[in-house]
Amino acid sequence: MPKRFASIWFRHLLTDQKAIRQKGLKGKAYVFAEPEHGRMLITALTEEARKYGVTEGMTVADARVIAPDLLVFDGKPDRNLKLLTGLAEWFLRYTPLVQLDPPDGLLLDVTGCTHLKGGEKAYLQEIVSRLKTIGYDVRPAIADTIGAAWGVARCAASGLIVPEGAHRNALMPLPPSALRLPTDVLLKLRNLGLYQISSFVYMPNSVLRRRFGKNMVLRLHQALGQEVEFLFPLKEPVPYSERMECLEAISTRPSIEIALNSLLEKLCKRLYGEGMGLRSAVLTWYRVDGKNGNITIGTNHASNRVNHLFKLFFIKLESIEPGLGIELFVLDALKTEPTSDKQSELWSAKGGTDSEEVAELLDRVAGRIGNTHIHRYLPGEHYWPERTPEPNSDIKKAPESEWRTDKPRPMQILDQPERVEAMALTPDYPPKLFIWKGEQHVIVGADGPERIEREWWLEPGEHRDYYVAEDEDGRRYWLFRSGHYNAENNQHWYLHGFFA
Amino acid sequence: MLQTKEEIISRLRQDMMRWEGFRPPQPGANNDLGLGVVAAAFPDGIFPTGAIHEFISSSPEDTAASGGFIAGLIQKLLSDGGACLWISYTRRIYPPALKLFGVDPDRVIFVDVPLQKDVLWVTEEALKCEGVATVVCETKDLSFTESQRLQLAVEKSHVTGFVLRKDVKKANTTACVTRWKIRPVRSQLRSGMPGVGYPRWQVELLKVRNGKPGNWTVEWKKQNFQTVIAPRIIEPNRQYA
Repeated sequence: MPKRFASIWFRHLLTDQKAIRQKGLKGKAYVFAEPEHGRMLITALTEEARKYGVTEGMTVADARVIAPDLLVFDGKPDRNLKLLTGLAEWFLRYTPLVQLDPPDGLLLDVTGCTHLKGGEKAYLQEIVSRLKTIGYDVRPAIADTIGAAWGVARCAASGLIVPEGAHRNALMPLPPSALRLPTDVLLKLRNLGLYQISSFVYMPNSVLRRRFGKNMVLRLHQALGQEVEFLFPLKEPVPYSERMECLEAISTRPSIEIALNSLLEKLCKRLYGEGMGLRSAVLTWYRVDGKNGNITIGTNHASNRVNHLFKLFFIKLESIEPGLGIELFVLDALKTEPTSDKQSELWSAKGGTDSEEVAELLDRVAGRIGNTHIHRYLPGEHYWPERTPEPNSDIKKAPESEWRTDKPRPMQILDQPERVEAMALTPDYPPKLFIWKGEQHVIVGADGPERIEREWWLEPGEHRDYYVAEDEDGRRYWLFRSGHYNAENNQHWYLHGFFA
Repeated sequence: MLQTKEEIISRLRQDMMRWEGFRPPQPGANNDLGLGVVAAAFPDGIFPTGAIHEFISSSPEDTAASGGFIAGLIQKLLSDGGACLWISYTRRIYPPALKLFGVDPDRVIFVDVPLQKDVLWVTEEALKCEGVATVVCETKDLSFTESQRLQLAVEKSHVTGFVLRKDVKKANTTACVTRWKIRPVRSQLRSGMPGVGYPRWQVELLKVRNGKPGNWTVEWKKQNFQTVIAPRIIEPNRQYA
């Protein structure tokens, strides 16, 4: 399919935007000026101001002489880029591939998009009329190459839609300024009397390159389609993307659910056909009043099951604010992975277990409470009790070493060891009694000590001597003394856990 | 004639139990959880899997004992495969300790719910999932309606659920099949030996549907439950030093 490109030229981008913001300005002569070398130079102006003879680059003082009622506003550098970015996002409803074309234009790849609006003519007409309602004066053109579309939009008197293969002829009568050339080259061409592209297009390349630089030749060839030119889209197109335009703006919950479901069905059918599953997806909605938003979901394993993915979105559907109505939904699969045919990998269960169900359950739970609250632990290569269970987010990873069972470990552990008052009579022996939360526990049986050294390469501090202690009622505690025994100061006993 | 009468009565008993919501366990499943004498309290002498079991604890020591007892039960439930979810709001369970009760800690998924009100939501979702073998839920309050929801969820999926209720001041009515209270008691070693013996609990089965409640002393020894038939008198103030 031959490529078709559109170039949109905003003839008065900055001034139009000012008129949209300030209603009274429409039809008045006003300019934007920016300081340069101590003077105020005009950077943008309206058609009315142009009628007085004001041009870009003129100083404000000169302009005021020829146009006494001229309004002057302070211009901000890079304001046009900001505006163009916003407009480029608006244009995503016409094509997924939009590139900024500073200072005052946009480039669209409209290949395969125009028939959606009923042909290229209707496509451009809709763009022009919608932008006109907003308040922008634009001149769009469609051609086979980016360069040709750009030149035709800015310089051609008529024939803004260049038929396929006709861009060469369309370029012939245009002035050299249609070729996106710098001013010095344009002046040189003008001085040589080359007023039309047709007057130098047949010159040998070597001659053109020698006189005007290789950039000029490149631009010429790009416009003619002899040199490939690529569009750098504002947003990378997502390979798996589905969009749904609503005939009428929708705002009710059931209709949003239907839209989401049909989008998912289309996407999953495609993913299934290619043996892929999605790991993360985003649903973006565009409201009639120009606002938009999105919800993102993630899965633990590549999935292409509609029901499961719908449930994940369902948890978050409340955050959609339809307002006056939603006119467009876009569902993008941000991250896809090949689905594994062997789905029973979760801890190689012996049967009766469908690991996919567990993974889907975890996705749903993660959607509600967040992925950071689901933990799985593998044996860590540490003796320090706080580090022995090593958190692991990969649900399929098998432990590399065995869990140790040779030392007693408590069933319940306190996040922070709690200081207890203990009475120990002899060094290296467990305490006789300890007081925790105001209750006195007389110890009748104890095992220990088990000395655990602090991992000095990770953190400084004292070692711990752990004791398993059983009180009169049979309650079993994990106590430790921090550091060495000290007869004078016996206040460094801690309770760290409870045994089963 | 006598034979047939007995047969009829036993069949009627079976029918009544089914009408009361007891379902015979699925054939081929591992039904012996190693509870020994305790199992006689259950209908048909089989631990009711695919049901909700409630454990009541009033102190962290009791919670630890209940955790150990539950872990001992989970060990057998997980032997058929499947995952175990441990859902809690404030978790203190120490994963490596599960290994001492025969459960591989890496097969347990710990869900630490940041909001208390989400605990039961996550539990219900997990109980509905057939790929899960067992779910442990640590919570404080469980109303009758909430317990009914959980019980209905497991009746479809046949997941075994354990609800460990911490700091319970007053035990309300719930729809759970059993209610347990586990307390740690003095462990025992061979006479004269110092130290701490095997974990030993006073297991109180306060309530069991279609069964007989009871009270046992159970010890966890050599990766199995052992009922201590006649607890000997423990001498106080034993010297160990």
